Amino acid sequence: MSAAPLFDFPGGLMLPGRKVETGEPLRQPELPEELVIPLKQHQGEAAEPVVAVGATVCRGDLLAQQSGTLGANVHAPTSGAVIAIEQRPVPHPSGLSAPCIVLRADGEDRWSTCLPPPLHDWADQPPAALRERVQAAGIVGLGGAGFPASAKLAVSEKLALLIINGVECEPYISCDQALMEQRAQEIVVGARMLAHAVQAERVVVALEDDKLQAMAALQNALRIAPEPPVELVAVPARYPAGGERQLIRTLTGREVPTGAHPTDIGMLCQNVGTAAAVYRAIALGEPLTSRIVTVTGEGLVSPCNVEARIGTPLQALITQAGGYREQARHLIMGGPMMGFTLPDDSLPVTKTSNCILVLPESPQPREAAMPCIRCGYCAEACPVSLLPQQLYWYARARDLDQAEGHGLFDCIECGACAPVCPSHIPLVDYFRYAKSALRSQERERRQAELARQRYLSRQQRLARQQEEQQQRRERKKAALRKPGAAEDPAAAKQAAIQEAIRRAREKKQARSGAGPEDGDGRT
Amino acid sequence: MTAPRFQPASAPHMPPAHNVSELMRRVVYALVPGTLGMVWLFGWGVLINIALAVTAALACEAVMLRLRGRPVQRFLRDWSAVVCAVLLALCLPPLVSWWVPVVGVVCGLVLGKHLYGGLGYNPFNPAMVGYAVLLVSFPGQMALWLDPMSSPGLLQSLQLVTTGQQTSGEALDALTRATPLDHVKTELAAGWSLSELSTGPVFGMLAGAGWEWINLLFLAGGIWLLRRRVIGWQIPVGVLLGLAVPALLFWLFNPDQFAVPLFHLLGGGTMLAAFFVATDPVSAATTPRGRLYYGAGIGILAYVIRTWGGYPDGLAFAVLLMNMAAPLIDHYTRPRIEGHARGREQDGD
Repeated sequence: MSAAPLFDFPGGLMLPGRKVETGEPLRQPELPEELVIPLKQHQGEAAEPVVAVGATVCRGDLLAQQSGTLGANVHAPTSGAVIAIEQRPVPHPSGLSAPCIVLRADGEDRWSTCLPPPLHDWADQPPAALRERVQAAGIVGLGGAGFPASAKLAVSEKLALLIINGVECEPYISCDQALMEQRAQEIVVGARMLAHAVQAERVVVALEDDKLQAMAALQNALRIAPEPPVELVAVPARYPAGGERQLIRTLTGREVPTGAHPTDIGMLCQNVGTAAAVYRAIALGEPLTSRIVTVTGEGLVSPCNVEARIGTPLQALITQAGGYREQARHLIMGGPMMGFTLPDDSLPVTKTSNCILVLPESPQPREAAMPCIRCGYCAEACPVSLLPQQLYWYARARDLDQAEGHGLFDCIECGACAPVCPSHIPLVDYFRYAKSALRSQERERRQAELARQRYLSRQQRLARQQEEQQQRRERKKAALRKPGAAEDPAAAKQAAIQEAIRRAREKKQARSGAGPEDGDGRT
Repeated sequence: MTAPRFQPASAPHMPPAHNVSELMRRVVYALVPGTLGMVWLFGWGVLINIALAVTAALACEAVMLRLRGRPVQRFLRDWSAVVCAVLLALCLPPLVSWWVPVVGVVCGLVLGKHLYGGLGYNPFNPAMVGYAVLLVSFPGQMALWLDPMSSPGLLQSLQLVTTGQQTSGEALDALTRATPLDHVKTELAAGWSLSELSTGPVFGMLAGAGWEWINLLFLAGGIWLLRRRVIGWQIPVGVLLGLAVPALLFWLFNPDQFAVPLFHLLGGGTMLAAFFVATDPVSAATTPRGRLYYGAGIGILAYVIRTWGGYPDGLAFAVLLMNMAAPLIDHYTRPRIEGHARGREQDGD
């Protein structure tokens, strides 16, 4: 335990834990016959498939390769045959479909024979070698944001502090808690590997102070292997203490400037699940093909934590949790504060699926919201010191510039303001609306600017063409006035025809060059 | 079991922790000790005022909601009209004619609230709008405070309220007496010094006789509201400091001409205003720092009006004046957003 002083972040809420028993061994859902693996399970570009329909793959084989600097590899979660590469519904707030690789499992679940070898001497390897391993294994932030881990590790300077985030502050979710209790060793070694990869001076594993079992397990892991040092810090359990910025503030008292990343102030945050995945990638050579998912909520018979393969349909997890209760009404991916509802349970588990929450009838009141009475409870709860009541007025009045000026984009959508509102105003909905309206406004502004530029260049081109035509006409007149031209009418005619053909060709060329631009310019 | 059909919803998926009518009801509960104190001191008139005001408020609210085409049931259940009526009733002298609370409530709710758009949209505190209208329009009625502990019985009280006369034919004037604030103000103006006045019957143990206990009871209710986190500490602390600090300075400067701070803190409607009136969230400033300034402004203005103004107690006008300033205060006291530089200078972090 570290005795370093802790700091306070503004606002926050004390929320009921409602976590499931994390002591029992992780349940393993039965391998499904068909797995649907989305090509984009992270922030950034979707991966490019490297297998064809009909290919036979083993667990751990590369299915799709990272494209662009921000992206992640996707691997086969079990052995089987690729039966389709097509658009499938994916778990996303938009409810849209996205390209997926569909795998028919052969039931043998064979590991690939061409996995990279275990890297036992990782401490002697250059940091770049570890980063390459992390990148090859397709690891993304497993806390829910899904930022590619290797992109986060690509830092130019030594970092002062690496934080391994085990602060799972949303109610219901306990996948990180289960991981800390059951695989503390993996987290600790993974933390050391990450620290080596970014040359961090100090490594802290942070967790909530009421997670005693997890604390004991981590302490035990540190006792068995104390070097190199990893600090363990218990932070007060208060939502959203596990938010990256809030956690940095709690541990160091420093704020990440708006619009900047933690690495800009020499810090890096990685989830405990990510650390464990890094351990498996480096020490065992295993790419990321499974994750721990909390399957919970009052709408389920026996909530639990499961270790699920990526691509497993949610109903397999629901079955592990004993199936639905009568009152199940909402299927939520993520926690009760920031999760989004899903239309049905045929959607697959992805790398960022930390929790499947099934709740009874929405606890939000059915009746319409009352007017805002400016009580300020929302401002008290806001962890970013915003004035949600002001933002709400501006969003409602569509005064988007004012909303932006009042820090709309500093809102992390943690949802702390909404449950304390006595008027039951869906504040976060208003902020999401205002943000997307501002983004589309910005997009439209850029498009208008583009259209303006195209219009101007078209005007210039037309003027130039007219001028050229004028010159040609004058040239022709001059040629006709030449004395020699009149003596041979056949030659003159021939010359005129040649001239016409040349003009036509020129015109055609000009049109084909301008065509698409003109077309776009009108959009 | 077959998969149910799932319904969409938006995050957060947590039940709300409060509702408006619960908050308003708590304000009413917190008013009970102070109200009982007033009943003990001034008799039935206090309860008659409350009954008249609440009845008028509910009727007025229902009519206005109907006229504005709003759901009458839902908004009547928010208890805001009741809170407004009770606050106004507690400001009125007991045993004033029946139409005084009625006119006050109607003015407060119609002019002060519904004409601006109803709950949440009123820039002024409706109870204080009603009170100010009464104070300016019927100064005679508003000065009829009873002699403490000498109030008539229920029947007598009802008769006084409805007819302005007792069965003996005696008018209400016979029972009334200036409040301590009023008394001190007139006597000081007449050339007496406070050391001479403080031995008189108008003074109790701490401040004005009787009124000190009422204020302490309202303080107790206010502290309960603070503990239940219905109100924040900034506005009450601001009001009390805004009143006490100038009072202390002037009292140190000339204790014969200026009353002790405790006389101000426990006199008139100080505690009622500090914890129940000024804390009306709709018309107050909303930023934490702004609320402190807003409260302090009320306290200072109230002291100025009490000491040099034309009215014995200036809290109502102080509240209304600061209501006007609330948007400006909010504008200049926006909290620093996490991760943003402090003002013009760069954040040290």
